[in-house]
Amino acid sequence: MWAVALKMLLGDKAKYFGLVFGVTFASLLMGQQVSVFISLMTRTAGLIFDLTEADIWVMDQRVRYIDEAEPIRDIDLSVVRSIQGVEWAVPFYKGVATVRQPNGLSQVVVLVGVDDISLVGLATDTILGNATVITQPQTAMMDKNGYKFMWPNTPFEIGKELEINDNRLVINAICNAAPTLTTYPTLYVSYSTVTQLFPQSRNKLPFIVVKVAKSESVQDVANRIQKETGLQALSRIEFAWRSINYFATRTGIPINFGITVFLGVLIGAAITAQTFYLFIVENLKQFAAMKAFGFTNSQLFQLVAFQALFVGVIGYSLGMGLTALFIRSVSNVPAFRGLTLHWQVVAGAATMIALIILVSILVSLLKVFRADPAMVFRG
Amino acid sequence: MNAIQLTNVSKQYQSGDLSTLALDNVTLTIPMGKLSMLVGPSGCGKTTLISVASGILTPTSGEVVTLGYPLSTLSDTQNVTFRRQHIGFIFQQFNLLSSLTAAENAAMPLVASGVPLRKATQQAITLLNDLGMGAHCHKLPRQLSGGQQQRVAIARSLVHQPDMIICDEPTASLDGKTGHDVMEILRHIANDPKRAVLIVSHDTRVFSFADHLVEMADGRILTNPSN
Repeated sequence: MWAVALKMLLGDKAKYFGLVFGVTFASLLMGQQVSVFISLMTRTAGLIFDLTEADIWVMDQRVRYIDEAEPIRDIDLSVVRSIQGVEWAVPFYKGVATVRQPNGLSQVVVLVGVDDISLVGLATDTILGNATVITQPQTAMMDKNGYKFMWPNTPFEIGKELEINDNRLVINAICNAAPTLTTYPTLYVSYSTVTQLFPQSRNKLPFIVVKVAKSESVQDVANRIQKETGLQALSRIEFAWRSINYFATRTGIPINFGITVFLGVLIGAAITAQTFYLFIVENLKQFAAMKAFGFTNSQLFQLVAFQALFVGVIGYSLGMGLTALFIRSVSNVPAFRGLTLHWQVVAGAATMIALIILVSILVSLLKVFRADPAMVFRG
Repeated sequence: MNAIQLTNVSKQYQSGDLSTLALDNVTLTIPMGKLSMLVGPSGCGKTTLISVASGILTPTSGEVVTLGYPLSTLSDTQNVTFRRQHIGFIFQQFNLLSSLTAAENAAMPLVASGVPLRKATQQAITLLNDLGMGAHCHKLPRQLSGGQQQRVAIARSLVHQPDMIICDEPTASLDGKTGHDVMEILRHIANDPKRAVLIVSHDTRVFSFADHLVEMADGRILTNPSN
């Protein structure tokens, strides 16, 4: 029975490849587009996800996402440290700054300032130099892709000089860092360097990151911090999702990607469904003949379902394989930093493909079930 | 036991407001062990009659008893099982599955009964050898001539050893010589007293092969030697 199903399917190579192409195309579109979308959204909270040591982020009540930094008072750091359940709390700076290169060109950068002692929040995957070098005055570490962005086709080297707010800054380390939504280079400095770079502003501290004591619940400590300081205290995941949701709801990214993904799924579904439908309809007389000499509707269902499953598994595997190949091939392209094929995407695409195929075969099978075996007598 | 016993059978097709009476109060007996032939002009109801007699179509009224089974009382599933076990079909257009070899096509009724394709194909090859098709068992239908395809269809109709073979214009797509050869084979099959062969045809060249000739026109039986 299965052999018959397979022979019928593979007998018409053109239609078989058409079916596989439809499923492959739909899988590729879903996998690739959704992955790019997730990657973009994740980038909006990349720094938060990366700072795994911290359980709670403390910030101004008005902050809606990580790039919306409202300075809070330095004294709040001491208040937070004194709250029950806080194991440690350190300052964390994230902002944008304009740097000037020796050749006079300016460039906007993401400036990350980490606690001088603990270095909490510092990227640790150093590819040149030593990350701890940033504790020295006028010293910074730059992310690899930012370096490539600023000095394309130049080998990595330490000692490059920049100027921020009339202060000299030397890049003495280069690292891999979590990608951000923008392609701006990320500069890591110590928090005390941040205060020296911008001495004129009284309050500079945008975030306090907190580690909760093992015996305490994160939510309880966050509530205490909010109560004691009047500041907003969110768990790491809560803040990351808040940042993602901000971009998802306040920018055109989701709707545009959503339309693309939707169209991709629609086109893939239409190709798959139509090709499968035509495949069945063109074989209708053969199915009618099979019914005439004793194949039951149940047997024909099994036969068509097996064909659909075969096409689905091959097409889906090819589609996911091509998606993985695409992600692998662009892994070194700065614009695609952090692009990953998540298992949820793989599972989601599998579900969608299964649904498309199920609907296709059900519609096609109605035609088979209604096929009048008497049609085989018509010339 | 008669192969087919139709009593006051009518079949009406309804398409919107248009109603067509394809069988008009037909009473007919087809005996076992003979080659019966149903003849008449196109559109006279021959195909409808064999569809009703084989359980493919349900009559609007009347009683159909085929090989002792009252088909009107059988459920759809029982009807399919009945056809699978007792009837072999030969069609004008052969209706071979284009992706399967001659032997695999001939094996289809056995596959429908749950016999694995490999085993069913072996049985079909034996039958194809008997029909002089031994050299063509592994060819696809498109690699066979019309006569060879019809022989495969004959093998398919016989492979599950049915009690009755129903043929719809088996020679219509064949030249005179090949048609004659096919009729010789069917004639030989009909010699078995436990088997009936019913052929629908308007090909006057083959009428001479019939033991039992039934003539139809406008949904009615004009002449039937058994009545």
